[in-house]
Amino acid sequence: MTPLTLQEFTALVSSFQDEAGAAIDGADSAESLEATRTKYLGRAHGWLKDISAKLAQLDKGDRAAAGRLFNDARLAVEAAMESRQGALAPARAGITLADPTMPARRAWKGAVHPVTAVIDEMIEIFRELGFTVALGPEAESSWYNFGSLNFPADHPAMDLHDTLYISDDLLLRTHTSPVQTRTLQGYAPPIRVLIPGNVHRRDPFDASHAPTFAQVEGLVVDEGITFADLKATLTHFANRFFGSTKTRFRPSYFPFTEPSAEMDVLCGVCKGSGCSVCKQSGWIEILGSGLVHPAVLDSAGVDSEKYTGWAFGMGPGRTALARHGIPDIRILYDSDVRFLQQFAR
Amino acid sequence: MNISHEWLKAFVPHALSAEQLRDLLTAHVATVEGFERTRTELSAFVVGQVVESEKIPETRLSFNKVDDGSGSLLEVVCGAPNVTVGAKYPFARSGTTMPGGLLIEKRKIRGFTSNGMLCSPRELGLGDDHDGILELTTDAATGTPLLDVLPLSDTRLVVDVLPNRPDLLSHQGFAREVSALTNTPVAVPAELGAIPLPPTAVIGAREAKAGAIAVRLADTADCPRYCAVVVRGVKVGPSPDWLRARVESVGGRSINNVVDATNYVLHGLGQPVHAFDLAKLGGSTINVRRARPGESLVTLDGVDRTLDGSVLVIADADRPVALAGIMGGKASEVTESTTDVLLEVAAFSAKVVRGGRRLVGLNTDASYRYERGIDDVAVPRIAAVAAGLLASVSGGTVEHMVVVGDMPAPRPPVSLRVARVGRLLGDVVNGAETRALLESIGFGVTGGSETFTVTAPSWRHDIARDVDLIEEVARLRGYDRLPDTLTGARPGNVPDHPMHTVSSRVRAALTALGLLEIRPLPYVAASGSDANVLVRVRNPLGEDEPFLRRRLADTLARRAEYNLTRMQGDVRIFEIGTAFIPEGSGLREEMRVGALVMGARRPAHFTEPVPPAYDAWDAKALGEAITIAAWPGARVSLAAGTAGDLWTVTVDGTVVGRVYQAALDAPIWASPAFGIEITLGDMPATPVAARGAHNYADRAGAAGGAHVRYRSLPSTPAAEFDLAFVVPDSIGAAQVESALRTAGGDLLESVVVFDEYRGDKVPPGTRSLAWRLTFRHPERTLREKEIEGRRAQLLKSLKEELGIVVRAG
Ligand SMILES: [Zn+2]
Repeated sequence: MTPLTLQEFTALVSSFQDEAGAAIDGADSAESLEATRTKYLGRAHGWLKDISAKLAQLDKGDRAAAGRLFNDARLAVEAAMESRQGALAPARAGITLADPTMPARRAWKGAVHPVTAVIDEMIEIFRELGFTVALGPEAESSWYNFGSLNFPADHPAMDLHDTLYISDDLLLRTHTSPVQTRTLQGYAPPIRVLIPGNVHRRDPFDASHAPTFAQVEGLVVDEGITFADLKATLTHFANRFFGSTKTRFRPSYFPFTEPSAEMDVLCGVCKGSGCSVCKQSGWIEILGSGLVHPAVLDSAGVDSEKYTGWAFGMGPGRTALARHGIPDIRILYDSDVRFLQQFAR
Repeated sequence: MNISHEWLKAFVPHALSAEQLRDLLTAHVATVEGFERTRTELSAFVVGQVVESEKIPETRLSFNKVDDGSGSLLEVVCGAPNVTVGAKYPFARSGTTMPGGLLIEKRKIRGFTSNGMLCSPRELGLGDDHDGILELTTDAATGTPLLDVLPLSDTRLVVDVLPNRPDLLSHQGFAREVSALTNTPVAVPAELGAIPLPPTAVIGAREAKAGAIAVRLADTADCPRYCAVVVRGVKVGPSPDWLRARVESVGGRSINNVVDATNYVLHGLGQPVHAFDLAKLGGSTINVRRARPGESLVTLDGVDRTLDGSVLVIADADRPVALAGIMGGKASEVTESTTDVLLEVAAFSAKVVRGGRRLVGLNTDASYRYERGIDDVAVPRIAAVAAGLLASVSGGTVEHMVVVGDMPAPRPPVSLRVARVGRLLGDVVNGAETRALLESIGFGVTGGSETFTVTAPSWRHDIARDVDLIEEVARLRGYDRLPDTLTGARPGNVPDHPMHTVSSRVRAALTALGLLEIRPLPYVAASGSDANVLVRVRNPLGEDEPFLRRRLADTLARRAEYNLTRMQGDVRIFEIGTAFIPEGSGLREEMRVGALVMGARRPAHFTEPVPPAYDAWDAKALGEAITIAAWPGARVSLAAGTAGDLWTVTVDGTVVGRVYQAALDAPIWASPAFGIEITLGDMPATPVAARGAHNYADRAGAAGGAHVRYRSLPSTPAAEFDLAFVVPDSIGAAQVESALRTAGGDLLESVVVFDEYRGDKVPPGTRSLAWRLTFRHPERTLREKEIEGRRAQLLKSLKEELGIVVRAG
């Protein structure tokens, strides 16, 4: 190995630094700068590598000083390289906006129908309480729609369900309750389901009635279910859905529940003091409910001594009208894009 | 049902205000939907006192000074002969509108100023008395509202009585409930306290005769009990004021004393009563029988009705004179010349009245009550009351009473376990309370401490099993006084319905793509041959749209047209709903998603004032997006469509839907419309899984197929090159692409068509299609030579397989 003096090494380093500096300044493109980097700083065959190899030829006492010298030179060349690289890079951040307040280029916004939004919100709340979603057909036999649900044959109770018939025994379901029977027939308790779906009545299509509308039914059947479960669960739902409110349960009549109860919530407009929205009562009717009638359990083959349950039914369409201030139910069906777009978020 | 606050008080002397009564009934009995005060037209009148009075010479008038409580005396001219200094009268200040519509204003009469009016009963609408002004016997201060002094004011409660509680279709019915809830004994109304009752009745099982009248029942199944009472010497005329007030208090109109008396019994006691003119009944005979074929009857409303054997009629010796339980006949109607009346108070079967009411299409107060059920035990008692009431208001004499029919069978008792009450309501109601609550509304309760034997009163028709009694206990105690603790629950056994899961994913995908969900009606019109493949509603709302849709496309098209007529050309809508497909004598339901897009693909922007319109390729993308959302991980393919469709959509080889250009009734300015319709699945009328078998494996499917397997990220560089082929129109791009993939081998990573050229630089009937191919070796950099080799191999294969060559130059 040929010995090398510190003086010789210093000369070597400074000539490296000068030459590399000149080459960097001379590079006029990213490509030529990259070639320069390979030539001077390349790890495999670069000049810097050659110099570092020469450190071993120095006298041991000089090596520390030479090392510092070497490092300073390397850092200086690297810095120059970086700065040149920045100068040569295309002006990426150089866009200037004449008027940044101009609008973004937006895509169309989609929207779920306001009635679907209510249904989805209900499902979300009841999911927290362990409910799943059951569905059923819209065309039903009269046994599923009436008979299995304890409707007395040929009784005024049927007058509340003006029915559209397809044939003698096939009708369009007038409520989602037939899915109660189907669910009870198909699964063993415990049952905790929410049943959304369209139902049909022979009602004229006017500002407050539609012949087809959505309903959401709930059904719970298990051992030890009481009226307390009904009240507590529906009150919890009301608080989650309407924000902190109060509920009131009052007697009602449905053939398939006993006892039956309507649930009201405090009128959101007057908070209970009475106004035109709540017809001065201070309350708004929200849903019908009740303990599942043992006859319904019996019809579906469920032991009505062992199991009890409760059910409710609600019309999300009415809720959608109320929460958005929509004055005419037909607007929900017209499908005017200007209406639907209002619900885009 | 209209309930008069005052009339109810006559049956149960409670001390509740109208508001308290409303809240009490709503909480425990039936919902009070609203209440209205009657006589509100008198609310502006006050008590006035005449302080000074002098005659105006040569007139019938007097000039008075009246204290109306305002602090200063008012000068008032009055024409009444009975003005007395110191007496109090109803006073209308100037500015008051009279019930007849006259506005009282300050005016000059014979040189005297008059600042108001002292009123007569007729001027106040309180009867026909116009002989003088109404002197008030009251200690109330001057200025007190008149309605606080006169017992005229009433409140009418409008109650929603549901079909299970016909016993609530009367004031007596509500009185029983109020009595139980307020612990106030029921009373006999004063007006019924002093009426003449008929002599002992003549009783028969199927027929009976008393005096001149005979009653015969053809079938006691149709008419279990029939009472006829003869009242002679009736003078038909106006009702006394109290009766008129009762009739008007529930919103009725006073007709005459006979009709008003029957309406009193209807609304007061809940029992329909019909009055016949006895002289017009042929042979003084009542036959209760089914109508015979060909018989007809002109009813009270003047309509000539043809009858058949489904209608029960009341007939005299010759022909029908009334539709039993529905409406009387015109010929036997009570008129001003009537002197002898036959009153009918009967129990008719609910079924036969319902059948008859449907046949003739007449819903009356009587049929409404019979269809729901009346108190058959009370029929003779009410007949006696009705006859006595009629006699007392018309000057007649009660003569004969005939009661025909069977004594109603006692109600079968219902057994009630006390423990069951707790099991349903929560353990708060004990046996003693249960018994007391049931007894308070007339139920008979016997038996030991664990099980009661309960008998319902004759006016209740809704008590068949223990839960019916438990409901009574719950409501009488008050739903608000039952526990409402939220307790934990066992998880349910029912999996989410797969159609719900799938439709939720599709809905999310479509709204993310900017589409708007619709929920239209499912009814459609059909013309000619279409009708055979549609499900028809037998009793449709309108004959213009009597069918259920078979395709969502029809609904979407009509909704798009609706938007076009409102000048909305940018339509991007979708629906997830049911398609109804006839099958055999029934139908099959499919859950489908349909979408329709037309007009601007995105909103206008200053960089793009006229955005491009949706085209077929957008529709294809939507078709793919829906299908991938519905069947994640499955093999989705859109092949050339058939029967006019643009594409047929398949999933793992099964056809699920189509993409099409929609034919709309559209104005000239409208863009073309494109539609997608995909069947998500059947909505079977059978359970999703076998009973008791909660199939947790379903969940993996519902969550979207198998989980994605991770592939390691590439660590080697890719090699790319482009290939442009001249492709005859007869060869599809997908065919070329498939050939490229096969020939490209394992290392071919992607194939993307990026250009299509048609024009004079390629032969007619062909186009140039350009693909970008990306190759990558998993472990090393591909060499130039290898890439060249693959390129040559591809060109060779495509020439051999499809006969296509690279485009020159
Ligand atoms: Zn309110």
